Formats: sequence, C-alpha cells, structure tokens
Amino acid sequence: MPKIKYIEHSGKEHEVDVPVGWSVMEGAVKNLIPGIDADCGGACACATCHVFVDQAWLEKLPAKEDMEETMLDFAPDMAANSRLSCQIKVTPELDGLVVRMPKSQH
Amino acid sequence: MQERIVIVGAGQSGAQAVATLRAEGFAGDITLVGDEPFAPYQRPPLSKAYLMGTMERDRLFLKPDAFYREAKCELILGVAAKRIDRDARKVILADERVLAYDKLLIATGSRVRRIKCPGSDLPGIHYLRGIADVDALRALVAEGKRLAIVGGGYIGLEVAAVATKRGVDVIVFEALDRLMARAVSVPVSDFYYKVHCAAGVKVLLDTGVASFEGKDGLEAIHAGGKSYPADVALVGIGIIPNDELAREAGLTCDDGIVVNDRSQVIGDAAIFAAGDCTHHIGREGTALRLECVQNAIDQAKHAALSMLGKPSVYQEVPWFWSDQYDLKLQIAGLARPTDHLVLRGNPDARKFAVFHLRDGAIAAVEAVNAAPEYLVGKKLIAEGKKIAPERLADTTIPMKTIA
Repeated sequence: MPKIKYIEHSGKEHEVDVPVGWSVMEGAVKNLIPGIDADCGGACACATCHVFVDQAWLEKLPAKEDMEETMLDFAPDMAANSRLSCQIKVTPELDGLVVRMPKSQH
Repeated sequence: MQERIVIVGAGQSGAQAVATLRAEGFAGDITLVGDEPFAPYQRPPLSKAYLMGTMERDRLFLKPDAFYREAKCELILGVAAKRIDRDARKVILADERVLAYDKLLIATGSRVRRIKCPGSDLPGIHYLRGIADVDALRALVAEGKRLAIVGGGYIGLEVAAVATKRGVDVIVFEALDRLMARAVSVPVSDFYYKVHCAAGVKVLLDTGVASFEGKDGLEAIHAGGKSYPADVALVGIGIIPNDELAREAGLTCDDGIVVNDRSQVIGDAAIFAAGDCTHHIGREGTALRLECVQNAIDQAKHAALSMLGKPSVYQEVPWFWSDQYDLKLQIAGLARPTDHLVLRGNPDARKFAVFHLRDGAIAAVEAVNAAPEYLVGKKLIAEGKKIAPERLADTTIPMKTIA
C-alpha cells in the first residue's frame, strides 16, 4: 500500500498507508490526521482539504481539473504547489508522496 | 462525578459534536446513540458515487473507529432513543437501557416524507435516505430497467443522472411546474430541465402521481391521466424533521425542534439540538429549518461550544451542492422570490451563475460549474457587499476583482 507523509503546519509528521483508489484527503481523515477537514466529504465543494505538495512530487500528479483550479484560486494561503487533497487519487506511483497542510487549516 | 453528555443521533451533527467537544477540552463522558446500525457516515454520496457503485461503503464513514476510541466516546448503534425523562435527566432507549445526562444534544436529523396514494405500499417503491436504502436500490438501477422517479428535487435528479449513466430508462414526475422548485431559481430549474431531457430522461412537469399500480409489485404509475409502465420507483418528495422525541418530552417544536441563538431548546437549559431536526434563527434573523451538511456541521460546532459555556453567534452562510452528470451546482445563501436576479455567463456553455440581489446586496448565488462565482459570492454574502448588477453580469471582469 502506498505510504503518504502528511506534515502539519506545526511541523508534526504523520506517515500512513493509504489504499490505492482512495484520495489523499481520505488517507488523512481516516487516520485522524489533523489539518484536513473536508467538510464536503470530497466533492470539491468546500476547499478545506488544501495541501501543499512537495516539489519533487508535483509533476507526478495528474493535472488539476478546472473546478479544483478555481477552488484553489480562492483558498487562503494558495501557492504554486497547492492542491485539493480530495482530488488527488492515490496510485502505486504516489508511494512516498509528501504533503503539507496550510496555516489556515490547523 | 464526571460530567456526562449524551448525543442522540449518530449522523453528521453527532460526529461533529463529538469532535468539537473533545477539541475544546471537554473531559467528561460522551455517549453517541444512533438508530442505524452504522457509525456516522456521509449521506451526500449515497445518491451519487455510492449508488453508482464507484465508492465502497467503507469510504462513507465520517471518522475511523479509532476516532471514537481515542475520543473515549461510547457508541450505541442500532438502537433508537425512545423517550427523554427531563426531570431525571435520562434518555431511555428502545431496548430499555437508561442513559443519564448532564447535558443532552438532540441531533436526530430528518427522515423521508412518504407518499400516500393508492398503491403506495406496493413492493418496488423505494426511498433514499440511508445506506440500507441504496443497497436495496442499486441492483434495481440496472441496464434495461424502467425507473420512475417521483419528485424532481435534488435526490430524484441525482438518481436520474446516475441511473441514466447506468443505462436505465428514467422518467421523472414533478408535481410543480419546474424542477428543484424549492431549492433553485427559475433559470437554474430551466437549465437542469434541458440537461436531463438531453441526457434522455423523460421529465414530466405539472404531473403529480395519482397512484401506483401492480398486483404483487409495482407495474405502472398513473399520473396526469395516463399510465406509465415501471419496474421500480424512487420517491424523493422531501424530508421531515425527527422532532418527536423532543415533542413528546414537552419541548417546543414547530416543524423542527425550536432552538434559541445558543442552539438550546426552549425551557430546558440542559438540552441542545443541531442539524436537520432544528428550527433555528438564521443569520437574517428569521426562523428557518435547513436540510444540509453545512448546517449539520456548523450548528453542531455551535451547540457543542454552547454546551461548554462558550456560546457564539450562529451566522454561517448556508451552502449546498448537487452533482448531476458533469455539472456541479453550488449554492450559497438563501434566496427569496422577491430577489432581483442577475445572470452571469451563458447557460448554453454549461458554466454560469445566478446572483440574487436584495437591496443591492448579494443575498444568494447559484453557480453551475462556476466555482469563482460561488466562492466569491459566498464571501460577499457574508460581508453584505453591494455590487452593481451590470458589473456582476460582466464576465470580462474576473470574480476576484468584482468587489
């Protein structure tokens, strides 16, 4: 199972196994990792699962769809490596992925 | 002795209340009681990915089991609360178990409104509210079947979209003259009417169902003077608040449990309520009942804080969403029929928004595949910002700089 490392805004790290097919958001919520609220449950409707993707992994992710792009455009602390974790589907290739949570979600 | 909080209703509100109580440092006992045999789960995917079969059951749960263990929250599932003894501060469950409380949160949610007409008890007539409903429905929503949907609201139309994709022959009966009449404005209704028709769904407006016909099970639906053959029916004609537990305990109810601005019931300082089951004062100062995830979450947070003696003003802007086909409908705020409507964008391009202006300020926005309009609109609603209608309608001005 791919391992994903979540780093809280405080710097606290959590490395967990996330099943292939789940979203990066679900991996956090089901492992009680703070900083990802996902109020809408992954419908790309609330932008409370915003993460910063480690530079090394950025190109390995599938491109953002329009909806994610625009939701992020208006998220607090938006940066070039911002993604909505509900829209990143876990694949075997993402084993080792590192994401950081923004200040607004801590 | 430790303070004891009992939460009746293991849905979105109940789970949120547990999380907020612990996050805010409540150290007493928490017991969460639910009548379904499941820990709190998300309902929105039920009529979408879960029905489609692209999301398995495990993924519906709001929290992992470890959450309740770590939160030292006792879960009592599959048992309804039968009665509240307010004098003794006890909740009596259907299996006669008795739970003493110092504070009680009622988060019993809502249930489907059932249709009453000849034949409405026939096998083959389904409703959609819980996991079990969808588990029963999924196998019937299969290629070659004829599905009749009674009620052109969110639930009916989301199921219509999924069923059409699965090769089902779908017909929708709506008693009113437009789709989602209770939830969206006329331009949005008209847009979705066209979308469903283009996808091959037969939509009959102004057509209430007179009866269901069949011998041992559903065979046809009689509506508008005609008979339509059907293998299965899904009825989605609204929900009603589960306020009986409160009402039978003598608490004030009026189409929901009436709560004050502290999410506290009237006349009993130990009892609070949150979510679909409440009739509360909205941010515009009027009493209302909401049926949505946003209110379930935000009111549960608000109630939990109140229970801990940290009341706040409840003035969140309500938001809603619906996924049908490739379209994401996002709504913020509460529209009124007297609002002035401003269209931004072109419905034919499947990307547009309808703003609702009241005294010049944005009161609500409905956005179809238009996240900037939704997000900026929601913010402007909270701020009570006034924006000229011509400006809002001008798509050459990006939403980011509209205000």
